[in-house]
Amino acid sequence: MSSEVADPAFTELPDPSGHFGVYGGRFVAETLMEPLDELTAAYERLKNDATFQAELDRDLADYVGRPSPLYFAERWSKLLGGAKIYLKREDLNHTGAHKVNNTIGQALLAKHLGKTRIIAETGAGQHGVASATVAARLGLECVVYMGAEDVKRQALNVYRMKLLGAEVVPVESGSKTLKDALNEAMRDWVTNVDNTFYIIGTVAGPHPYPMLVRDFQAIIGREAKQQIIEAEGRLPDALIACVGGGSNAIGLFHPFIDDSAVAMYGVEGGGDGVDTPRHAAPLCAGRPGVLHGNRTYLVEDDNGQIIETHSVSAGLDYPGVGPEHAWLKDIGRASYVAVTDDEALKAFHDLTKIEGIMPALESSHALAYATKLAPTMGRDKVIIVNLSGRGDKDIHTVAGLEGISV
Amino acid sequence: MSRIKGCFAALQAENRKALIPFVTAGDPNPAVTVPLMHAMVEAGANLLELGVPFSDPMAEGPTIQKACERALEHGTSLHDVLAMVSEFRQTDTTTPVVLMGYMNPVEIMGYQAFATAAAAAGVDGLLTVDLPPEEAGELVAVLQAVEIDPIFLLAPTTVDERITKICAAASGFVYYVSLKGVTGAANLDVAAVEQKVVQIRRHTDVPIGVGFGIRDADTAQRVAAVADAVVVGSAVVNRVADNTESPEKINNAVAALLREMRVAMDAGPPKVGWMAKIFGIGK
Ligand SMILES: Cc1ncc(COP(=O)(O)O)c(C=O)c1O
Repeated sequence: MSSEVADPAFTELPDPSGHFGVYGGRFVAETLMEPLDELTAAYERLKNDATFQAELDRDLADYVGRPSPLYFAERWSKLLGGAKIYLKREDLNHTGAHKVNNTIGQALLAKHLGKTRIIAETGAGQHGVASATVAARLGLECVVYMGAEDVKRQALNVYRMKLLGAEVVPVESGSKTLKDALNEAMRDWVTNVDNTFYIIGTVAGPHPYPMLVRDFQAIIGREAKQQIIEAEGRLPDALIACVGGGSNAIGLFHPFIDDSAVAMYGVEGGGDGVDTPRHAAPLCAGRPGVLHGNRTYLVEDDNGQIIETHSVSAGLDYPGVGPEHAWLKDIGRASYVAVTDDEALKAFHDLTKIEGIMPALESSHALAYATKLAPTMGRDKVIIVNLSGRGDKDIHTVAGLEGISV
Repeated sequence: MSRIKGCFAALQAENRKALIPFVTAGDPNPAVTVPLMHAMVEAGANLLELGVPFSDPMAEGPTIQKACERALEHGTSLHDVLAMVSEFRQTDTTTPVVLMGYMNPVEIMGYQAFATAAAAAGVDGLLTVDLPPEEAGELVAVLQAVEIDPIFLLAPTTVDERITKICAAASGFVYYVSLKGVTGAANLDVAAVEQKVVQIRRHTDVPIGVGFGIRDADTAQRVAAVADAVVVGSAVVNRVADNTESPEKINNAVAALLREMRVAMDAGPPKVGWMAKIFGIGK
């Protein structure tokens, strides 16, 4: 782990039972408690194991292509007329998003635990593709659960996963989206726990997942910190990242948590607006509850039923959020905001036209918030936006919204 | 003495085992549930498990998932489920009722508010599938203050150390999940169940119920031979699902299944065949 972070109150969370304040924990059926203990023990052992870390570092460099660049979006910054905006280019990773940082790490854990079969849930398909990719490379069987609605929205990624040799199982229960895919993956895991490793795609789920996914994604923030110091000679004034489950955001934020002068903004999928019923913004418009193995903010009704969410971006279309974000919100260390579908789409087009970089619709939410924040800050200020993924997968969605068939 | 304790004590005195059917409250519509509860008692059920519908039932197979969806189409809430228990209690003051479901509806109602309302309605136990004892401290204390038993699960993967911990937190009975999998799975291995029940028995005196994978008189009889209670979920819910057009048909179909199970369970352990007797196998 990074050595420059000091305050134990921030960096030693979660506590040994997986809590971030009242959030997190392990709310799962009894059958999974022992496998989760095993995973926790294995991770604690391996994370300090030099051979494991060397293997991980080598994969991140040679297979993923890290470090990812920190790019100064000069033209866009000038047009917005405020702070300098740097983009952390996770879109340039192998498979096109930050998701692979985590799947590489978890696949290595699976290998060390002797598991022969990998399962994953996916929304946008990015995590499914990243899981299928590492499974192909390690010669592991791979089954990806995907909501039937998302299978339709993300046909390109479904085909990519199949090409990689994964079986994609459309999930027809509930709202047929990411949350239902997660339910189905849990059901598979509970049934096949002896030979199966569940690669969760974000900082959600039962302990130790929020911790280990964060640790694997924190490479984003560690690199960004070093890169911005090289470029600007100082820390940034603000960090911005989109928040679905929250893995790219916590990955960027975590190494900066103890740098209290660095503001952190997590941007949720605002859908039609957080004052409408159609959004995916648990931190901005939800309340705490228990789902998918942890206590966190949820989009839910007065009876504790989970409500179907909406976002133009499949990767943000999730009613929960990682427990560490719930905690960062409550203690006031990070701010959480939402941008609407329309605002995100505008940012998608702007970055494409102005910088020649086509962002994922998820990342476009972070960019949209940057267009609001940057003009309020002086030209000497610095913002880092996490460009969590590239937009190729979204071309059909964007074209469809504009009535164009490609 | 709590209703659950009394129920098991009475059965033990007669050398019988408890038959515990599960139905999802509000499935296929709320009007069906209370009459069905009475019909199940009449058919030989000793204790009832009433499922609280949840939008994301992670531990359920397709049968109970669909039951939740049918119940939620009618908006069946935890408040509604408590009202059903109240209504049931107007004419049945002896049969224990355990609510079974997931944490979030209880979280949102609030522990204290839930405990007070549940006790007033006549609820005897609460089993939340996604609440291991590690996370249950606060809720257990609130429940015990109103004499509602927290029911915990044990699984094939539960190691000795955890069995001790879980049994220490449990009252009423403990529920052994007979297989790795979701409700409605069909891979029940009675010999393995027996072994685990013996292991659990070393840690606790509370009755041990076994559920998951019990679907007919034969499996009920074989499991009753090794445990104190037999929990039947998906098999009952399937009878509900097959007869949604008429409450009367639902009651008859469910009652018929439970009667067969009751008869088989009361007949005692399955008879060992003559070959096994001669050759001493199957002991
Ligand atoms: C490119 C991209 N960004 C962000 C997300 C949201 O996930 P998280 O909040 O875990 O980073 C996804 C999820 O699929 C994604 O594909």
